[in-house]
This record gives sequence, structure tokens and C-alpha cells, in this order.
Amino acid sequence: MSESEFMMNLRGMWARAYVRIVGVNRELSWLLFELLFPLFPICSFCFVYKSMNAPDDYLGFVILGGATVAIWMNVIWGMAAQFFWERESGNLTLYMLCPLNTMSVLIGMAVGAGFSTFLRLIITVMIGKMLFGVQFFVTSYTLLFITLAVTITSVFCLGMMMSSFFLLYGRDAWNLLTIFMEPVFFLSGFYFPVKSLGFAVGSIASLIPITLGLDAMRQLCFKLGPVNGFLPVWTEIWILLALSVIYFLLARYLLAKIEYIGRREGRLTLRWQ
Amino acid sequence: MNIAIETVELSRSFYEKGTGGDNSFWALRDVSLRVPEGMIFGLLGPNGAGKTTLIKILATLLLPTRGIAKVAGFNVDNEFKSIRPIINMVSGGENCGYGILTVEENLWMFTQFYGIPTDRAMKNIGAMMEMMGLAEKAKTKINKLSTGMRQKMNFIRGFITDPKILFLDEPTLGLDVNAARDTRKFVRDWMKNASEPKTLILTTHYMMEADEMCDRVAIIDGGKILAEDSPASLKKQQSGGIVYKIVASYKKIDEGELKKINGVTAFVCTPVAGNEHMEMVFNISSDSVLPALIEKINSLGLSIKSINKDEFTLEDAFIKLVGKRLNGGEAPNV
Repeated sequence: MSESEFMMNLRGMWARAYVRIVGVNRELSWLLFELLFPLFPICSFCFVYKSMNAPDDYLGFVILGGATVAIWMNVIWGMAAQFFWERESGNLTLYMLCPLNTMSVLIGMAVGAGFSTFLRLIITVMIGKMLFGVQFFVTSYTLLFITLAVTITSVFCLGMMMSSFFLLYGRDAWNLLTIFMEPVFFLSGFYFPVKSLGFAVGSIASLIPITLGLDAMRQLCFKLGPVNGFLPVWTEIWILLALSVIYFLLARYLLAKIEYIGRREGRLTLRWQ
Repeated sequence: MNIAIETVELSRSFYEKGTGGDNSFWALRDVSLRVPEGMIFGLLGPNGAGKTTLIKILATLLLPTRGIAKVAGFNVDNEFKSIRPIINMVSGGENCGYGILTVEENLWMFTQFYGIPTDRAMKNIGAMMEMMGLAEKAKTKINKLSTGMRQKMNFIRGFITDPKILFLDEPTLGLDVNAARDTRKFVRDWMKNASEPKTLILTTHYMMEADEMCDRVAIIDGGKILAEDSPASLKKQQSGGIVYKIVASYKKIDEGELKKINGVTAFVCTPVAGNEHMEMVFNISSDSVLPALIEKINSLGLSIKSINKDEFTLEDAFIKLVGKRLNGGEAPNV
């Protein structure tokens, strides 16, 4: 790749990220959908744990888990499904028409969404902490930041990979994802430590990067975290890094493949097909 | 003179979904074209004629089934990466961009996909919005724009990257008369003031637009090129007669009766004013055919409202070649 091509791809990435970072915050509906609504299940589970006189750390597990639901939802509807919508609006045609690598558009989209959801996650955790008075005992802020960054990266790499499936299978992929929504919520341990599922089920659940990311963050934030941890934090970080690379390479391969199929069959640009 | 677009026996077929590939249809069949640089080239044809398929192949969005297509000397098949930086495309009724961004931001975003530095991009965006009468909407979110304004923005998006070859697929669709006139003027100025030769491929449903703007036009139907020449030459080649437009009261008639009249070489009939009247366009060999024509129309029980002798237009040439109007209206084969 020449220097000018590299600069062009960098500019393209930033331009696409701009839509997510600046544009999306203009629509105040995100306060409702990404802050207020995720608070309801968080509150429900917190009340359940409270009524059972469970240790306060369990409330912390729920708050952290509930906050990461926003990341997952963003990946599904804001990343994986996005190219499907872009096709409907005609933007995808323009992405394919321009000299920019389509992967740069996808990365820009992921960077923008990752940044936005990072901020939202922090705000949700703060609100949850205020509402239920949960104490966080962070053992290492550096490690926590690394874990969060790696989790967001791997989850959005998965989203990038899934966007190709959405392009290829359209509404079928949509339906499949809706069917798997609840099982994913369950397997990722959004509201309980994933260790409770046992090693075999937990290992399968680890293919969803949010499972390990959430587990590592819980271990780093709460006194009872390490006791309930599925794997050691560094192991989880390395697995998340490996998943990021695998999902990124798969996303690149699939997107190139889908683009070729799209050009051959006219699927990506002819909406009536 | 350099050739901007070249196709050799270009064909494209599509499969109908769910038929396992048994039911394919040809959207383009053996299209051979050569478009020199610096020209506005029109593609005229009814819906489903293959215009958009041809444009999508040339714009590297679709692969040909067989044949060759070259843009600026590069093959669309395997050299698309060299083509994309020098082309752009605007389609009528396009809904691109993001509603949450302003007009200016959307245009900036699209320039970034071509690697244009922000300061240069913003300068060009400002100048083009001024030219298109969109400057005062620069800070308006595009979900607040009218259809016409949005189409103007799309138009600017196509030109802002200063492409060498531009594809305009029915760009004035849905625009009012004034906005359409502005866009035509914009195109002419852009072609005239360009520092290097620009080539424009235009598909349109408006014959007047094609006649006024294009240096050459190709008439396409059923995926095949039926004729290709300058509008003036096409009119000259196809005329060979006189055109009469007769408006009469609406009534279902046996159009075959009108076909039979000696000297009628082409005929198309379209209902107007919500089926109150119908407009019949006849191409006849000489004025002497007119009395027989009027007599036959009267005998069919139609009441004639007006008769006009017209100049042979590009639309008449189109009707003669394709057998129907560009916007519907069947013409019997005579």
C-alpha cells in the first residue's frame, strides 16, 4: 500500500468513525436506549440478589454485566446489521464505488462505535454504583483499562465478521441473531459469574469475547471476583487478543469474498434482487 | 483522441431467485460501445432496458457475464482498483448519507473516502454548494432536507471528487423544473471549466434533457443497442416523414385500424389528463395521408380536440426505434 493510499484509508476511517462519535450523540434517544433501558434489568437482578442477602459484590457483577449489554447490543445492531442498512440506503454502493478499502469503512465504524460504547459503559457503571452503593476494589487500573480495550476490540472484530454474514444472508441472519439473543445473554454471564456454568460450557461461551472480558473485569474490580473467576486474568486477556486477530482476519477474508460475490451476482448494489 | 469507455460484446445475465439457475434473463446482450474522452454520452431506453446494469458494470459494481468493459483503458474485471479513484456516480432518488450529519459534514465524509485533504475538501464543498444554491443549507441535517435539496447534495457528492469519468443515472429524477435546469447548467459549466477532459455517461427519462445535453446518445432496449449517434443525426436518420400529434377524447379502440392506413410509419397512443383524453403521435410519410387519418379517427367514434404538426424530435426517433415511449405508452408495430 502506497503512502497516499494509506492516508486515504486513514482519512476514510476517521470520517466513518466521525458519524458514530459526533453524529450519534446528537440524537438524544441514546440516553433512553443505551442508558435508561439497560438499567431496568440491572435493577431487577440487583433487587433479587439484595432480597437473597447476597454479598454486595454480586450487585457489582450485575452492574458491570448490565453495562456491557450495551456493548453487545451495539455490536449486533450497530455493527453486524449496519452494512445491511447501508445497502438499503444506498451507502454501501458508494462505499464499493470509492477507492477506499471497504475494510477501512468497517474499522472506522468499529472505532466510532467502540468509543461511544466505552463512554456509555462508564456512565452506566457510575449510575449503577450510585443507585446501589456498590464498592469497587480495583486491583490494577492499567490492567482494567487493557482488559476493557481488548474486550471492546475483540467484540467489535466479531461484529465486523458478522457484518459480512448479514450482507450475504440479509434477513435470515437477522432472524438467526434474534433467536440466539437470549442464549448469548445467558452464556455470556451478564448477570452471574460464568464459572457457574462449568468449564465445558464456559469454554464454548468464551467464543463470545464479552464472556471472558466481563469475567476478567469482575476479577479486577471486586473482592469476590477472583474467587468466581473462570480463568486467570492474563490468560483471558491473551485469549481475547487471539480472538481479536482471528475475528479480524476472518472479517477481512469474508468481506473480500462477499464483495466478489456481490459484484458477480449483483447482490450488494441491486436492491431489487 | 483517447477512449474513456469501451465495451466489446458486453453481456450480463441474472438468475431469478429460487429457480436453481434455470431461469436466467439477459439484462445486456453483446453491447459494443466506444465513448471518446470529453463527451456527454446519453443512454436512452425504457425501464428494464439495461441502462443501469451497463452503468453498474462500468462503475465496477457488477461483473460482466461475458465480453469486455474498459474504463479509461482499465478492465473492470481485474483492474477495478485503478478505475475507482477516477470515477464517481450519482443516481436519481438516491438516499445516501447519514441523516444525523449536516449537508456539509456528509459531503466532507464522502471526500475523505477519496483521500482529499479536509481544507481542500471544505473549500470545494463551499464553492459547489454556492453554485447549486445549497449554501444556506450547509449546516442543516440531511434528514430535514426536501427531496430536491437532497438530490442537489447527491449531485455535489458526485462532482466534489473531481472525477475524470462520471456516471449520472437519471440524476434529475424527482427534481422540479428549476432545480433540473440548475443541475443541467451545473453539468455544462463543470464540463466547460474542467482542467482536463471529463466524460459523462448520462441515463435519463427526459428526452429534452438528452437532446439538450448529450453529444452522442445510444438507444437501448431489451439489453441491446438499437442505434448510436449524435441526437441531430439520429433525428435525421429516423425522420423520413412528418409527425402529427392528435389529441382526441378517450375511448378504447382497435389500434390495428389506425395501423392499417397507408402512409402511417409509426404510431403511439398515450392516455392523458386521467384518461379523459388520449394523445396519438403519428409518423406519416406525407401530409396527404392526414385526411385519411382524420376520417379513420372519426369513424372510430373519437372526437378530435386538436391536431398539431410537430418537428421530428429525439423522442419520435426513440418511438420509431423502440416502438414505445420512454415513459410507457405502447406503440403498435407499423
